Amino acid sequence: MNENLNSINSENANDVTNDINNDLSNVDDVDIGAMMVPESGMPTVGQKKEDILLDVKGLKTFFYTSNGTVRAVNDVDFYVRKGETLGLVGESGCGKSISSMSLARIVETPPGKFEGGEITLDGRCLMRINEDERFLISEKEMRSIRGNEISYIFQEPMTSLNPVFKISKQISEPMILHRGMSKKEAHKESIRLLELVKIPNPERIVNEYPFRLSGGMRQRVMIAMALACEPKLLIADEPTTALDVTVQAQVLDLMNELKERINTSIVFITHDLGVIAEMCDRVVVMYAGKVVESSPIEDLFSSPQHPYTQGLISSKPDLVTTEKRLNVIPGSVPDLTDLPPGCPFHPRCYKASERCKVEFPPSHRLTDEHLVSCWECKGEEIVSVSETTLEGGEPA
Amino acid sequence: MNDTALLEVKNLKKYFPIQAGIIRRTVGHVKAVDGLTFNIKRGKTMGLVGESGCGKSTTGRTLLRLLKATEGSVTFDGNDMLAMDRSKLRAFRTRMQIIFQDPYSSLNPRLPVSEIVGEAMMQHKMVKNKREMKERVNEIISKCGLFAEQALRYPHQFSGGQRQRICIARALAVNPEFIVCDEAVSALDVSIQSQIINLLKDLQDEMGLTYLFISHDLSVVKFISDDVGVMYVGHLVEYGSRDKIFANPIHPYTKALLSAAPSFDPAARGGKGRIVMEGDVPSPANPPSGCRFHTRCPHVEPICKETVPENRELEPGHFVMCHKAESL
Repeated sequence: MNENLNSINSENANDVTNDINNDLSNVDDVDIGAMMVPESGMPTVGQKKEDILLDVKGLKTFFYTSNGTVRAVNDVDFYVRKGETLGLVGESGCGKSISSMSLARIVETPPGKFEGGEITLDGRCLMRINEDERFLISEKEMRSIRGNEISYIFQEPMTSLNPVFKISKQISEPMILHRGMSKKEAHKESIRLLELVKIPNPERIVNEYPFRLSGGMRQRVMIAMALACEPKLLIADEPTTALDVTVQAQVLDLMNELKERINTSIVFITHDLGVIAEMCDRVVVMYAGKVVESSPIEDLFSSPQHPYTQGLISSKPDLVTTEKRLNVIPGSVPDLTDLPPGCPFHPRCYKASERCKVEFPPSHRLTDEHLVSCWECKGEEIVSVSETTLEGGEPA
Repeated sequence: MNDTALLEVKNLKKYFPIQAGIIRRTVGHVKAVDGLTFNIKRGKTMGLVGESGCGKSTTGRTLLRLLKATEGSVTFDGNDMLAMDRSKLRAFRTRMQIIFQDPYSSLNPRLPVSEIVGEAMMQHKMVKNKREMKERVNEIISKCGLFAEQALRYPHQFSGGQRQRICIARALAVNPEFIVCDEAVSALDVSIQSQIINLLKDLQDEMGLTYLFISHDLSVVKFISDDVGVMYVGHLVEYGSRDKIFANPIHPYTKALLSAAPSFDPAARGGKGRIVMEGDVPSPANPPSGCRFHTRCPHVEPICKETVPENRELEPGHFVMCHKAESL
């Protein structure tokens, strides 16, 4: 199975190289030899490999600012299966948005820089950076992926639509670009898409400017745009955070319905655990640029293992809570330029031991899919990816 | 009920004129708040929920006379708030305070914490000199979970949660009885949100504060409130004790709102029993005739489109604005 995937991988890699060779400006970045023979094992142990659409390993995205290095994403592993919704949860500044922006490579560089990691989308290597090589597929290639294979729904429907273009033009753009449609066809298709996302009166709305629409409708337009090319992977970055609950419910229902229909995988980023419970199949919990726990949705709520996950779940009042006081995680999120040594959560952790202050814990496997990075959680220890494939680099 | 009420609101209305043309002729009104009646008991918390644009914040601000009410009456501890002249109102300002949503924009970036918190004390001559002010400030900010040595820092040196603590300290500086919390925890992270909610609760127990807690987050409102009011396009469609509203919601809008809130139970997903309303909130500049919810209501009948339903007390302390309240 592994061989099978590797061969797919190198085939695609070959395509990539050819394209890159055409695009001379980028050829310096590429070490062709190293690229064609992917050496690391494919997806995380225990997974059916052909199911995996997106595999991210040891991703590091740092920002070099005048205040110091911000380790926004620091050695993050996750994967997304075909047709699955993966939730990325965490508080602001935990690196969830930067992780997903790194996937679509829309992180501003500089100040941002990819310092390590490997991203594979549907068997095709988008990025592999370690000590010996620094391979990123060209910007031209990336542009053919963005909006086509990976599309993005942003949080702010108010600011992410261009105010000076009509809706029709904005939805048409990716279709003209990637699907080679004529303007007329794309216009027709836009109307169909608006209908799909349940916008009343699509023939009229398609000729409106964004300011004429309400927040919920704008977010539907964003979804229509994101789905225009039937992407393999849809990244939804807090798509409902700016919306009211009733509109949120509409949008979430719509996303679930569309997911069934075009069988897209979704990376769903949010800080709202209620939305996670509603939408996701699996969840990755992040804290200060690290993945602290990843688990199937049922386990996460019934038996959260990492003290941070436990705190996060118990600190949010549910509609059924009856306690007089809320549980609290003391302290606040650490400054990413000045992370505490060891496990970044240890200053706020009720379980913290001496060891936590020195060393970042590797992932412990509790069940097949339930991984926790915590010294105090029992389970089978997994040697972390960074030690095997990405020797050296930044210390965790 | 009325004898312990700190704040009584009767038929409160706030219309904003819509002006057009060169001479700014008034061509219509945005009926942001349209006939609200409720009481807040001393030492209790009233939660106000609703979608954006339903008039929650306008209500809060009109109560404090930060906005001038169009009609109605607000009685605070037996005093008619809306009839007060400037000097009397100024004295009253110390008894009622507000905490805003965004702790990033509601603190003056050029003032240190001690000035932000102490300014009102000096203005109202509650302290004799700067030294006394500093002592008081230190006392208050440590009550709010900050350290005394942080008093000389500027807002940008604090995180969001800490800034909200500063905002709370500023509100507490003048020993108020009543605080309007206008989405006070909405902009904060989950783990910080729970800290602030606990802080607000502790301060209430300690100082006997009365809150009007405005939020769109139902779970937070349920947690913190004693009474809950549900607003929809300027109307208070349902109002009653928290347990009644959450356990036995009557108004179709309340039901839909409650069912729309995502639950923590992944097994309950798929919208079992969820009422998903079609369409968007109507504009308060041009509200629907009759019951304002009739455009989205699943139980709509001809009468709903014509007459505005009365605010009826279905059971003691549980008010509903719906023609069909009994049959639902």
